Amino acid sequence: MTGSPALHAPLVEALADDALIYAQRLGEWISRAPQIEEDMALGNIALDLLGRARSLYTLLGSLDGTGRCEDDYAYWRDEREFRHVHLPEIERGDFADEMTRLLLLSSLDVERYAALASCDDVALAGIAAKGSAESRYHRDHARLWVLRLGAGTRESHARMTAALVRVAPYVDELFTDTAAEQAGVDAGFGVLPSSLREPVLGFVSAILTEATLDDVPDAGWHSRGGRDGIHSEALGYLIAEMQHLTRSHPGATW
Amino acid sequence: MRTRLSADEVVRAVGAVTDPEIPTLTIADLGIVRDVQVDVESSSVVVTITPTYSGCPAMEVIARDIVDVAADCGYAATVETSFSPPWTTDWITDRGRAALEELHIAPPGPREGPVPVPIGKAPDPGADRVICPRCGSTDTELITRFGTTACKALHRCRACGDPFDEFKAV
Repeated sequence: MTGSPALHAPLVEALADDALIYAQRLGEWISRAPQIEEDMALGNIALDLLGRARSLYTLLGSLDGTGRCEDDYAYWRDEREFRHVHLPEIERGDFADEMTRLLLLSSLDVERYAALASCDDVALAGIAAKGSAESRYHRDHARLWVLRLGAGTRESHARMTAALVRVAPYVDELFTDTAAEQAGVDAGFGVLPSSLREPVLGFVSAILTEATLDDVPDAGWHSRGGRDGIHSEALGYLIAEMQHLTRSHPGATW
Repeated sequence: MRTRLSADEVVRAVGAVTDPEIPTLTIADLGIVRDVQVDVESSSVVVTITPTYSGCPAMEVIARDIVDVAADCGYAATVETSFSPPWTTDWITDRGRAALEELHIAPPGPREGPVPVPIGKAPDPGADRVICPRCGSTDTELITRFGTTACKALHRCRACGDPFDEFKAV
């Protein structure tokens, strides 16, 4: 068995929403990063993710049978219709928080897109092969910063430690399988997030150790439900900003 | 509209469209033209291109330029996008690499294989050394992996003192 459009659609939607929402968050750093090279780096990473989301939404419009275009998904869905996990939506915090989040999400992207690069949907396989290669650059960028901050000054080390505490509750959700993902894998398509926990967290742990930091701490609570459309307050503000222009001036062009 | 040119001529003209950010580099040499189907009967041409970097804004300009060039040849062009097989920097031809060097942009090195990035003590001063496209020295250092456009990293040559772009390998 090789899956079907109905099986692929929710998986593609989840990937697209993860990419779009994180692109929007990362874009907030432009003009606010610690140095101008970092404005450009985070802007470039956001642009990669936005381009990836656009390709995935275009594919999704044909898979889910609605024929919607990329803008329909980005601008005309409400909060509960977004299917990303919580980590990309939480508010932009300290720069150390962002590098921790980028390290986790890019490490996940490297692994899951590499797994999808050999899937039987040629369009998705093409997007995935490119995505995995690009995410290696994103991951390496986060890696270098985590090493510099963790093994840097007492101040930067303390802020990295605080960042790990703040991000920890959102880690478990990255590796929680949904019914749609299980159904896909049962039909021979896709990859189970739980199977990526070890390679992703193994990679992250090795970097944290090298950066003289403790591992991601145990969290007292865990986010969940992002893939079912359950989100935090932060998403409302994010999509209000993202969708404002299109909804105020439908059909506007320039 | 000019007189309609032959099928070969329109294929050549489409391939000669240049990258708006790198004006010495044609899209044929960049390796993004996957297919050109010319229908002389109906004066139409379908051009299939494949995106380079996911977020590259030049792709939309390139698509428009293809339509304009085809129109100059007397053809109505439709531009389609294909993701498979995915473009990598290995698709850049030798002539394309020479065109990059002409603009003092270091051409992409070999791509990384499917091996995880090794966790060396970073930043390793030797790991990212590329040859300076101005003076040819290997005494160069990486400034940032994310340069002026999505496809470029910024380096500095310690021999001639100049900063330069490198077309990143993906």
